[in-house]
Amino acid sequence: MKSRHKKLAIIVLVVAGLGIAAALVLNAFQSNLVFFFSPSQVANGEAPTGRAFRIGGLVEAGSIQRQPDGLSVRFVVTDTARTIPVIYTGILPDLFKEGKGVVAEGRLGGDGVFTATQVLAKHDENYMPPEAAHAVEQAQKAQQTVVE
Amino acid sequence: MIPELGHFALILGLLLALAQSVLPLVGAQRGDRTLMAVARPAAQGQFVFVALAFGCLAWSFLANDFSVMNVARNSYSRLPEVYRITATWGSHEGSMLLWVLILGFWSTAVAVFSRHLPEDMVARVLGIMGLISVGFLAFLLTTSNPFTRLVPAAPDGSDLNPLLQDWGMIMHPPMLYMGYVGFAVAFAFAIAALLSGKLDAAWARWSRPWTTVAWAFLTLGIVLGSWWAYRELGWGGWWFWDPTENASFMPWIAGTALIHSLAVTEKRGAFKAWTVLLALVAFSLSLLGTFLVRSGVLSSVHAFATDPARGAFILGFLAVVIGGSLVLYAWRAPKMITGGGFSWFSRESLLLANNVILVAALGAVLLGTLYPLFMDAMGLGKISVGPPYFNAVFVPLMAPALFLMGVGPLVRWKEGSLPDAWTRLKWALAVAVVAALLLPFTVDGFKPWASLGFFLAVWITLAVAVAFRDRLGHGAGGVGQRLRSVPRGFWGMQLAHFGVAVGIAGIAVVANFESERDVRMDVGSYAELAGYTFTFRGATERDGPNYRAARGTVEVTRNGAPVATLHPEKRLYNASGMAMTEAALHANLFRDLYVAMGEQLDEQGAWSIRLFHKPFINWLWLGGAFMVVGGLLAASDRRYRIALRRSELPRGLAAQGA
Repeated sequence: MKSRHKKLAIIVLVVAGLGIAAALVLNAFQSNLVFFFSPSQVANGEAPTGRAFRIGGLVEAGSIQRQPDGLSVRFVVTDTARTIPVIYTGILPDLFKEGKGVVAEGRLGGDGVFTATQVLAKHDENYMPPEAAHAVEQAQKAQQTVVE
Repeated sequence: MIPELGHFALILGLLLALAQSVLPLVGAQRGDRTLMAVARPAAQGQFVFVALAFGCLAWSFLANDFSVMNVARNSYSRLPEVYRITATWGSHEGSMLLWVLILGFWSTAVAVFSRHLPEDMVARVLGIMGLISVGFLAFLLTTSNPFTRLVPAAPDGSDLNPLLQDWGMIMHPPMLYMGYVGFAVAFAFAIAALLSGKLDAAWARWSRPWTTVAWAFLTLGIVLGSWWAYRELGWGGWWFWDPTENASFMPWIAGTALIHSLAVTEKRGAFKAWTVLLALVAFSLSLLGTFLVRSGVLSSVHAFATDPARGAFILGFLAVVIGGSLVLYAWRAPKMITGGGFSWFSRESLLLANNVILVAALGAVLLGTLYPLFMDAMGLGKISVGPPYFNAVFVPLMAPALFLMGVGPLVRWKEGSLPDAWTRLKWALAVAVVAALLLPFTVDGFKPWASLGFFLAVWITLAVAVAFRDRLGHGAGGVGQRLRSVPRGFWGMQLAHFGVAVGIAGIAVVANFESERDVRMDVGSYAELAGYTFTFRGATERDGPNYRAARGTVEVTRNGAPVATLHPEKRLYNASGMAMTEAALHANLFRDLYVAMGEQLDEQGAWSIRLFHKPFINWLWLGGAFMVVGGLLAASDRRYRIALRRSELPRGLAAQGA
């Protein structure tokens, strides 16, 4: 009888521990999800203003401007339908190039400029980040339906 | 001709794998010794043919045979020879071939080192491993033939991804796969036990050394991968919680839980069903890891391959392996009889806590890794789960497990004594608390997370010391003699635990006290970081074998005294046109200085340059190395070899009787 009580106690402890762990995990999960928006969605006002999110698309040709401080860069991300200006301070990844796919994480300012804290470009010349490809694809679909 | 020979060898390998799986499994079921005896030669033959195929592919790379598509896409005539060989596994096809080759290697190892096992056990284990070989070889031959010809042949190759042209990348995949595939042995043992219904302490003793060796290789693979990412990606990070990294980390967590649970099953006969389940999970996660990384489903740092047909095949294969083994488990596991009971404070209960926490952590990583994929697949939007989630979850979950790690090895099996543990560990606890409060100040001010790290590191280290003192405190002979009498299993465990302590100390310092600066540097200008002065002496052009580089010169001084001259490079690879940052490091035991070139900013030769000061970073790799050596040491314990002889005994006696 006594050993059964002990077994029960162990099970209760384990379940309680797992419950706490699950609560911890789900709470952290909820507050750390980063959503993705395409430039068209941002232009339609679908993106949140107070929260970090990701954007993706192509770096518009001719849009990269280095700022006088030498480390800040302005560029424009496009999904071929709409564009969004981005500012980033720091060293850009090796494969960041005009006309190539890019994903940036950051916040949208009141002035409509996206301040990136992180710029991701993929480590293969011919590889398009899925998010960027998705954004361009969606925009092109939307344009086709308008034309039709 | 050579590639066709390789292709043919691969087909023969598949046929032998079929023989290796079907015949012995049927034989074991029927008790037919002739069929069971096929297992060993078939496994060895399969290994020979797959090795031949691998050799043919390596030869094609070495000989610059650009009529082979795989070579044309992943190599280059001016690629240095050593990278031409390693390019063999740089591609999707090549890495899958490496996977099967390593599976063949493990199968052969089982065939050779299993003379003492019952015939039907060997037949089943090798049969299951043969089935896995069949799956992978069929996958290679139908969707990812590494020997496909290119007509017309390419004049030259398009080069190996520059990121893979590094020593760390040469060693990372083979070691990682040794770990992944090594869990196939544990998996095969578990399935064999479920099939035969013979699940006892002997089973655990057989599968334990294999599992521990696989775990050690997986640890090595992960550490090498982390070290490679740190040096080669140019961002100075050593762990990104990237899905590809998580893909290798999840089997590692399951494997860690498994080696601990196996200890209970071997010593006490308890946790049987749970141990078997963990063995199934560890290998399933290895397969999942292969699938995640090699099917291109991830938007991740190194998702190289993209082909849905392959994804569908592996997904089907995963469903069969995981689904099939779980069904078998559900059918057979309830029949297992659980071993002896134990008190609430005992080695068993502490190892149970270890397992519960590890599995919870595994679930958290699994959720963060798969949920975005799931959302994407269901068309519910694109999301990503970044490092903040994993850090927020993983650290608090692991902290209690790491605390218990100090206690566990000092507590008796079955019935431990809390007052006794307290007597032995109270000073260790006191010292660890004081160290946690004081040590951060010796680095750079108080930080709570750093304190937690120091506490755990000091606590585990002292607990290891206490365990050795207890072990050497009694017994005959001098200290040297007593040290020699300590079994390797004990050494291995303590060394691996100490490695964890060293690693935690490294993480605590580098995560809390590292510093970083992105600066614009004109020729002759300087920047300061963490007490070091970095002076930029400009960049010059340099020609490498298959790239052109701008080679910077950065002089580092401290209080006027020279420390190092570093030469970071920005490379442009000729064939692929890819740019690559080659960071320069100056390392010692207590810190790395890390310099990476950004881009040239003006005609006068100014560059943007990234500077890092990484205190204690090398403790991470050092801790990993201790864990690996500890694992190998534990697996080489005499006990496993003595067990061999003892299990041979009954058969000898039976022979005499007859």
